[in-house]
Amino acid sequence: MNELTVDVAVIGAGVVGCATARLLAHHDLAVALVEAGPDVGAGTSKANTAILHTGFDATPGTIESRLVARGSSLLRAYAASVGIAVEETGGLLVAWTDEQLERLPVLQAKAVQNGYDATRLVDAAELAALEPHLGPGAVGALAVPDEHIIDPWSTPLAFAREAVANGAVLWRRAPVTSVASSAEGHVLTTPAGSVRARFVVNAAGLAGDTVHALFGHRSFTIRPRRGELIVFDELARGLLHHVLLPVPTATTKGVLVSPTVFGNVLLGPTADDIDDRTATGSTRDGLDRLLSQGRRILPRLLDEEVTAVYVGLRPATEESDYRIELHADQRYLCLGGIRSTGLTAAMGIAEEALALLGRAGLAAATKAPDAVVPITVPYLGQVGPRPWQTGERIVCHCERVTGLEIIAAGTDPFVPALDLDGVRRRTRAMLGRCQGFACTADVVQRAASGIGITEAELLRSPT
Amino acid sequence: MTTDADETVDVLVVGGGPAGLAAATRLRQLGVARVVLAERERRAGGMPRHTLHRGFGLRDRHRSLYGPAYATANVADALAAGVEVRTDSAVVDWVGERRVVLATPGGLRTVTAGAVVIATGTRERPRSARLVPGDRPAGVFTTSAVQRLEAVRTGRRAVVVGAEHVSFSAIDTLAHAGCATVAVVTPHASHQSYAPLVWWSARRRHVPVLTGVDVAEVVGRGRVSAVRLSDGRVLPCDTVVFTGDWIAEHQVARLGGVDLDPRSKAPLVDAAGRTNRPGVFAAGNVTHGALQADWCALEGRHVGEAAARWLTAGAGPWPTDAVPVEPHGALRWVAPGRLRARERPNAGRLVLAADTFARWPRLRVTQGGRVLAAGRSRTPVAPGRPFTIDAAFVDRIDPAAGPVSIGLDLR
Repeated sequence: MNELTVDVAVIGAGVVGCATARLLAHHDLAVALVEAGPDVGAGTSKANTAILHTGFDATPGTIESRLVARGSSLLRAYAASVGIAVEETGGLLVAWTDEQLERLPVLQAKAVQNGYDATRLVDAAELAALEPHLGPGAVGALAVPDEHIIDPWSTPLAFAREAVANGAVLWRRAPVTSVASSAEGHVLTTPAGSVRARFVVNAAGLAGDTVHALFGHRSFTIRPRRGELIVFDELARGLLHHVLLPVPTATTKGVLVSPTVFGNVLLGPTADDIDDRTATGSTRDGLDRLLSQGRRILPRLLDEEVTAVYVGLRPATEESDYRIELHADQRYLCLGGIRSTGLTAAMGIAEEALALLGRAGLAAATKAPDAVVPITVPYLGQVGPRPWQTGERIVCHCERVTGLEIIAAGTDPFVPALDLDGVRRRTRAMLGRCQGFACTADVVQRAASGIGITEAELLRSPT
Repeated sequence: MTTDADETVDVLVVGGGPAGLAAATRLRQLGVARVVLAERERRAGGMPRHTLHRGFGLRDRHRSLYGPAYATANVADALAAGVEVRTDSAVVDWVGERRVVLATPGGLRTVTAGAVVIATGTRERPRSARLVPGDRPAGVFTTSAVQRLEAVRTGRRAVVVGAEHVSFSAIDTLAHAGCATVAVVTPHASHQSYAPLVWWSARRRHVPVLTGVDVAEVVGRGRVSAVRLSDGRVLPCDTVVFTGDWIAEHQVARLGGVDLDPRSKAPLVDAAGRTNRPGVFAAGNVTHGALQADWCALEGRHVGEAAARWLTAGAGPWPTDAVPVEPHGALRWVAPGRLRARERPNAGRLVLAADTFARWPRLRVTQGGRVLAAGRSRTPVAPGRPFTIDAAFVDRIDPAAGPVSIGLDLR
């Protein structure tokens, strides 16, 4: 049985856990990152709307408002430095009714309260010029020039790779099944071994309340909010320029239509509160609702082929704000109830976590800048250069992924892919319009050789 | 986009399946000097490379060949005719009229061509495009993916979605890989294939063909465990193969500004394979649903001849006198979707697809109220299964009389 003794154990390698582990690894600390699933960023984080928010529409005064604003500026700089794709599209909150139009100045004032003053009201004529393919009936919009799009898969991967490159130990397929606490600290038991840690950070996402209960706390309950998303072929990309956001009103929440950095168009999400935390399946009803809203927002979108349907379960709790709880006496910190803004806020949440752990007695010297090992991630965006342009042989033609990239996903020294899903998120392989019609065999062969398992074993893993 | 090399050729053929190889071969045979064929995969030959049964080549080679042997023969002919076959070469962008960027093992190359023939083929719609809800487990494939994974055991019990020719071929491929088919499922009232093929692949193995039902949901965490049907039945299985439901591989055409037929989403061509873009032709399955490889080869040859004629005549004005062909009633689409007076399509026949079953339905071709042709289809009609009709009526088309209408009479 593996045994590990660390200063801080982070439970959950979603985007929040990975960002926290990364920041901790910048200090003279022994850090463990313990993940229940098969990969980093493979739960709620993988089915995100992939927006790099400004936080303009957060509820002013909340923890979320503060950390989204902080995280947003940190992530913009970080993405540029490590190669995470960001496209500066800007966003438009499109109003379709007079009720929604009247909400726009209210949202503008709220943005100012959130410290964001660059929004601008756009009339129907200008809106039509900005987005000529919008459906009939759009009456105006609020422009949010800094609401951009980001690669949601490479972000947690970059954090995790940097954490591991700087000494953190990552365990995957290691759900925490029990916790034993004493004056010296906590012992976390997992099927992969046990971790002895002085401090524990709970970033377990959908299992946040379960882990919270292992530490004796029942201050919130997670009720998954299911978000179904439809991804359209990259031939649809020319239909829009901005992230087209819905105007939230008392009666409807609406869905967004957004470009992705991979060159696709995303429609979604639905928002249905459900009970089953493992119900990541899509539904006929949800898909039909999305299509009917998409038809109104961008009618021509429906003529394009769908390349993927995703479902994300967001860990909603009884309150809308993040559930950040420090139990200093226990040396236990909970980062719970973090939903779709977690991607943007993650680096801000990590700073908050470090400060709170300090308040609970974690003393940590920052490593000298030259002692921090820098990392990069393969750039997966559509606008910048990628390996296929340099003469490497393409294996997945829809997404233009080379054989070497696929092999490299499995041979990464820090956070290698362990399954086909992991290879896909690290390379985009098989995520295009043909969904493997032409390339399954070639991708599987290279992915298996990179990971070091047989093709039959690889095909048993979820695609 | 900056590239490492720039070259000029007489014809660039995009796609090295039966249609592309035949077009390129014919162009060389007719004296066109520099014909380059770009194939994005490692080897040319196209879909027959992966289709491990006989019956290829009846129309063009007058014999029955195994798929891979047919592919090899087509490549050999092209090489012998002097076609420059470039594998691992994908058209990634257009940077001008008949000017494209190729991604090749040597880097990016710009190719300027006197004419371009698009022969990029067709593919099966995957599960996502069909919006089948449910979990996203391992074990969901298309027929082509299963064919190419030939040696890899993908599962033990499969449900085949769709009942076209290819669906029954999928049963054979699965059986060879040690995977039994639990059922074939189709929303239509019957299968859309031929009885002998259905007997050979399904009935002989006691595989039920479930008609009038759709797959409502894929079930399984990790690995497929079942599919739920629209009538509530649950079929336990570990593999689901989505078959047929072909869509043109039209990306290269669209990037080049080629108009599509909105009904089929295939490049809109005339009887010579001309698109709306001067000097840009299309041939083979990219212009219609999946027809047999030998048909595509003959069509490639036909379009190759048209391209050679145009080049030899000095690449003159691009014809603008074609009239649109409009399908009516239960007809879904017609290819070619534009016709010129007295210009016959490949094999002198038009390709059509219907939304319904009909034994030997009557068809009426009219233009401005004038009947150009009327008669019965030679073959039974089934949804999504292309059939052909005699196109001799093109001789009577009046370029000034507007669209040609084709209607299917089910009585």
